Amino acid sequence: MTDFWSTVGSGEFARIVLLSLGVSLSATGLSIVLGLPMGAALAVFRFRGRRFLIVFINALLGLPPVVVGLALYLVLSRAGPFGALRLLFTPGAMVLAQTVLATPIVAALVHRAVADLWDDYGGALRVDGATALRSIPTLVAMARMRIVTAALAGFGRTISEVGAILVVGGNIAGYTRTMTTAIALETSKGNLSLALGLGFVLIGISVAVSATVFALGAEERR
Amino acid sequence: MTALRHLAALLVGVLFATSGDGAHAQSQAIVMASTTSLQDSGLLDVLLPKFTAETGVSIRVIAQGTGQALATAARGDADIVLVHDPEAEDKFIAEGHGGERRQIAWNDFVIVGPAADPAHVAGGHDALAALRTIAAAHASFVSRGDKSGTDALEKRLWRAVGRQPSLASGDNWYRDIGGGMGAALNAAAGMSAYTLSDRGTWLSFGNKADLKIVIEGDPGLINRYDVILLDPKKHPDAKLEPARRLRDWLVSETGQAAIGAYVKQGQTLFHPSAAQPK
Repeated sequence: MTDFWSTVGSGEFARIVLLSLGVSLSATGLSIVLGLPMGAALAVFRFRGRRFLIVFINALLGLPPVVVGLALYLVLSRAGPFGALRLLFTPGAMVLAQTVLATPIVAALVHRAVADLWDDYGGALRVDGATALRSIPTLVAMARMRIVTAALAGFGRTISEVGAILVVGGNIAGYTRTMTTAIALETSKGNLSLALGLGFVLIGISVAVSATVFALGAEERR
Repeated sequence: MTALRHLAALLVGVLFATSGDGAHAQSQAIVMASTTSLQDSGLLDVLLPKFTAETGVSIRVIAQGTGQALATAARGDADIVLVHDPEAEDKFIAEGHGGERRQIAWNDFVIVGPAADPAHVAGGHDALAALRTIAAAHASFVSRGDKSGTDALEKRLWRAVGRQPSLASGDNWYRDIGGGMGAALNAAAGMSAYTLSDRGTWLSFGNKADLKIVIEGDPGLINRYDVILLDPKKHPDAKLEPARRLRDWLVSETGQAAIGAYVKQGQTLFHPSAAQPK
């Protein structure tokens, strides 16, 4: 256990936790920016290919992280088309990978939430003279708690993910090492109890983030 | 909407905090593609901070199997490589990806296995004879199967034995796990199997369970670590100047002394050998 406490008490560990939170919260934020309008638009607009897009986005819920990592690796590598950006093995590449993973989750869950409300209240909104586009803010406001759940689902995917960020981040000490890649590393060093201890810290952080978001929601309802 | 707005503000803050950090640290850092054995043994954690303190150049280590590390460098995604598979290195250099190879240290490989020693090979110094016996006894053997330096040596040893075991040919005692050194040791510990390990990783490994060294001291089990610079013609983007400083430091008296001073459980893990390559 001395291993565990000296690791958790170190400045390096604080950086690892901050990077984990920074990367996954950034990716969650971007996935909301992208997924929220996408999901809402799929719920209220009727256009050619809409059904296909809905099926497609729902299929992406099962996107394998290691494949996303590999594809981004090839794209971001200096030998790849976006090599000049020099993003490979940086936190930016990790945010990108996790955004790709989280966006379909947010979009699919927002779509479901908004589509249900649009079925129930769409008629009434249109009687009041609102177009589909103008109904979106109202519907999003009504669906806000389910949208928060969508955001948390996206966050859950990103904070726990290791396959994609290991490939594009490289698990560089002090730079791209996160909670999950540190756990994988300690496991490979045979420090199993330390790895498990870090796992519990990760779960604790995840619970704390969810609790904070729900506390904010409760405060709002008062 | 307050909850969402709070959340959005938090996210934007965090995004700026992380991206700022990344751009700032970019200038004085090079990427080194290296092996899991050097990382898992802890050598790089004590070695590289000394170099960084002296020069201000920070080193970002990507720890992969030697095969993958050389492939990473060949794609232009690293500035310097530090690996341990002479044959794969020859190919890398022959293809024009790099050169100016220098050996920095050596240690040796060992065969570890369960204390019960079902194949009765413990105590020997002949790796080929041990592998022959293990194969004949159908005792479980874990293979890295990841084209790392250790994996390459294991395959060479089997070639010398004249028998490449594989699941396809019915050798279900031969377990190809496709993972790093630590993963292979975890697997061997879990299934009471034999495996080939570099001594550095073995000594610092924390989950030995009932595994112990069964074969050591075979001259064929020597393990050489070489540093290679990227070729500026093929890889003009590689940061050659700071990479050369690192290479020169590793083979310098200071660097060699630092390598030799790394001790675990009273044993020297890596013997500096820049002056007299093995």
